[in-house]
Amino acid sequence: MITRRDFFAVLGGGLVVLIVDDSDAQEAGGGARRGTREPLPQQVSAWLHIGEDGIVTTYTGKVEVGQNSRTSLTQAVAEELRAPVSSIRMVMGDTTLTPFDMGTFGSQTTPQMFPQIRKAAASAREMLIDLASQKWMVERGSVSIANGKITSGNRSSGFGELTRGEKLTKTITTSAALTPATEWKVAGTSVPKINGREMVTGAHKYAFDIKRPGMHYGKVLYPPSYGATLTSFDSSAAEAMPGVKVVREGDFVGVTAPNPATAEMALMALKAEWKQLTAEASSRDVYPYFKKTSRDGDASNSKLTSYTIAYIAHVPLEPRAAVAEWEGDRLTVWTGTQRPFGVRSELATNFNIPEDRVHVMMPDTGSGYGGKHTGEAAYEAARLAKAAGKPVKRNWTREEEMTWAYFRPGGVIDAGAKLNPDGTIAEWEFHNYNSGPSGLQTPYAVGSKKEQQHASKSPLRQSSYRGLAATANHFARECYMDELAHSIHMDPLEFRLKNAKNERLRNVIQAAADKFGWKSRKKTAGRGFGISAGFEKGGYVAACAEITVTNGAVKVVRVVEAFECGAVVNPQHLRNQVEGAVAMGLGGAMFEQIDFADNKIITNKLSKYRVPRFADMPAIESVLLDRKDIVSAGAGETPIVGVAPAVGNAIFDATGQRIRSLPMAPKGLPAGSGTSSSSNNGE
Amino acid sequence: MARITELDVNGSRRRIDADADRTLLSVLRDDLDLTGTKYGCGEGQCAACTVLVDGQPAKSCLTKVSAMAGKRIVTIEGLAPAGKLHPVQEAFLEADAFQCGWCTPGMILGAVGLLRRNPHPSEAEIVTGMNGHICRCGTYPNIVAAIRLAAQKGGRA
Repeated sequence: MITRRDFFAVLGGGLVVLIVDDSDAQEAGGGARRGTREPLPQQVSAWLHIGEDGIVTTYTGKVEVGQNSRTSLTQAVAEELRAPVSSIRMVMGDTTLTPFDMGTFGSQTTPQMFPQIRKAAASAREMLIDLASQKWMVERGSVSIANGKITSGNRSSGFGELTRGEKLTKTITTSAALTPATEWKVAGTSVPKINGREMVTGAHKYAFDIKRPGMHYGKVLYPPSYGATLTSFDSSAAEAMPGVKVVREGDFVGVTAPNPATAEMALMALKAEWKQLTAEASSRDVYPYFKKTSRDGDASNSKLTSYTIAYIAHVPLEPRAAVAEWEGDRLTVWTGTQRPFGVRSELATNFNIPEDRVHVMMPDTGSGYGGKHTGEAAYEAARLAKAAGKPVKRNWTREEEMTWAYFRPGGVIDAGAKLNPDGTIAEWEFHNYNSGPSGLQTPYAVGSKKEQQHASKSPLRQSSYRGLAATANHFARECYMDELAHSIHMDPLEFRLKNAKNERLRNVIQAAADKFGWKSRKKTAGRGFGISAGFEKGGYVAACAEITVTNGAVKVVRVVEAFECGAVVNPQHLRNQVEGAVAMGLGGAMFEQIDFADNKIITNKLSKYRVPRFADMPAIESVLLDRKDIVSAGAGETPIVGVAPAVGNAIFDATGQRIRSLPMAPKGLPAGSGTSSSSNNGE
Repeated sequence: MARITELDVNGSRRRIDADADRTLLSVLRDDLDLTGTKYGCGEGQCAACTVLVDGQPAKSCLTKVSAMAGKRIVTIEGLAPAGKLHPVQEAFLEADAFQCGWCTPGMILGAVGLLRRNPHPSEAEIVTGMNGHICRCGTYPNIVAAIRLAAQKGGRA
């Protein structure tokens, strides 16, 4: 554990502010302290250092996976410290240098870390003012800070000149007044991606790219199917290869070699036989399996309408990767993960060493989407490195990523409702089997409701995915809302507005409909329009889609999505997130699905698993509602939930065919769909 | 096995010692530490590994190093040799045409190749020309905007 004194040994002199994320804690110490040896409080969530060179460095356990948190958190510092973006560094996701953090998931960086870092920066600003007032012997009220300069009368100084020779620390729980969003000058603006230049020049080193002196390359022999166990094994041919080390620990088999080609040859030379298990379910029969294995029974009845959700893969374009290096019983790992501290725990547990012997570093990573919460590649690299006595790199192939990572859960959702004569919802019933509880609760005002999540057995390893189950639950709910609207011949927009009482929900629905031109839409043969809305993780979303159907092939031609997540931190990056989520969401809506049988993944590579491409893109328009009066929520996930139901409802509008399964048109619409309209929506 | 001992990369002759049937991707990344060229799928489906070979985009994961004799290879590291960004790189920054950045080097080199063949592509021609590239973050609209921007600025440079 780092002590206050260590800060200055590591960072050099200057000023340090620690922010404690614990509303019950007393403010520690009141004034600033000079160079004490006390250990740090337990709940520190971030710290900020202003060096003698004037460089401001902020340390946070959050990580950057493309969602642009590095930029938004830098804006938080710049805003409150009144310092230029170029003077600010952000150290992220390093288990030795940064405070503990649970992980970067659940769209929590903006609602949690953004205000914490603002508080630290605001306190640092006040400390600088105190320092200037003392050193210059001037009234505190005469000192101001702007654009990285401290000024009083005709005296002016940079931060570094003022902090030189100082070793000041302060621990805070509350802070000096934060700048209201209405007065933001840096936050709330489109600051470009902080390390964008490294991305366009190829200079940024991702985990996949890390190279260490004397490093060898690792490969792992995976079983031919999930759960298979090794029955016979011969590694003599591989071990005869120069520089090759074969590692076997139970059913774990790996090789290391001085170069990737030799590692690959050694892997091929291993002779192994496996005992395989009989599969409990395949993608063909998994939906009844979810209900059959539901821990609290099957609540289905004939009055409910059933929807199904396929397993899908995250397909982060950078597969899992790690480099591991041992020095005695100390382990250093570079890996791409959304939970560097979680990976540290995994490694410490697996090797039975204290956590402080494990150092996990997380270079900005080639995306995660909820798919990189775990440390498989890190553990493999560390096992191989330990056996080889050398640093080892373990980069996963695409096939490995698509087989041995985890999946977005499949599921079954049953929905039912009773309407009052005026179109309001009297009773609401909603059951989700296996896909999860996120977004389970309807954002509409309903009379009585029964909403249940049923845990089932999953034949595949499953975990987080962007938006978690909110995509599944919104698909079922918003398609069912459409069914209800049609059942009483009410326009789907009007039906939603009738049942939406929440002002923020109504605002996004109206904004999307207005921008889309919902009321003036012109229905022609083979063309359909759909709408959806929802709420998740502090953000409100509504989407309108226009589609065409030609001989069963669906083309999404236009999507308008309105999104509101409180005060907008970076409009350009938010727009990019919203539009990117629409693009990604189209994959799961239309064609992405994991096919599996006999405990094997059939769709285990990109030539077998279709993801959205340029040609799949509709015209995407986003409407960002900036609520400066509402605390900023995260935006990485919720914008994905609106796409599938809007498109599904548009398909119904065009064809009269209700598709109640995701993906909706993996190979075009299911047989029997025509292009004639039998919908009842108001024209 | 035949060995390849030289590659012309980014304007200089680099000495290597590689089996002839190794991929260009592996030699660039593992032997020459030119890690701006990315692996994405190993089967030519995502184009993250795109480099320029004699000015034309090529998927380095499907290219044998033995086929590179006498060819000039440009990787993302060689696109802005003097530190001054290529117009396509500038346009990607200006249009915010990425999120995680993993697809970006291949995407940029693919766009450079496209603009060489067709300096003023229509939106439909950009979509067709770039459809082999995957951006899993879904920044496609911004990438199209970046390529249009680069075309306006004379991205052929």
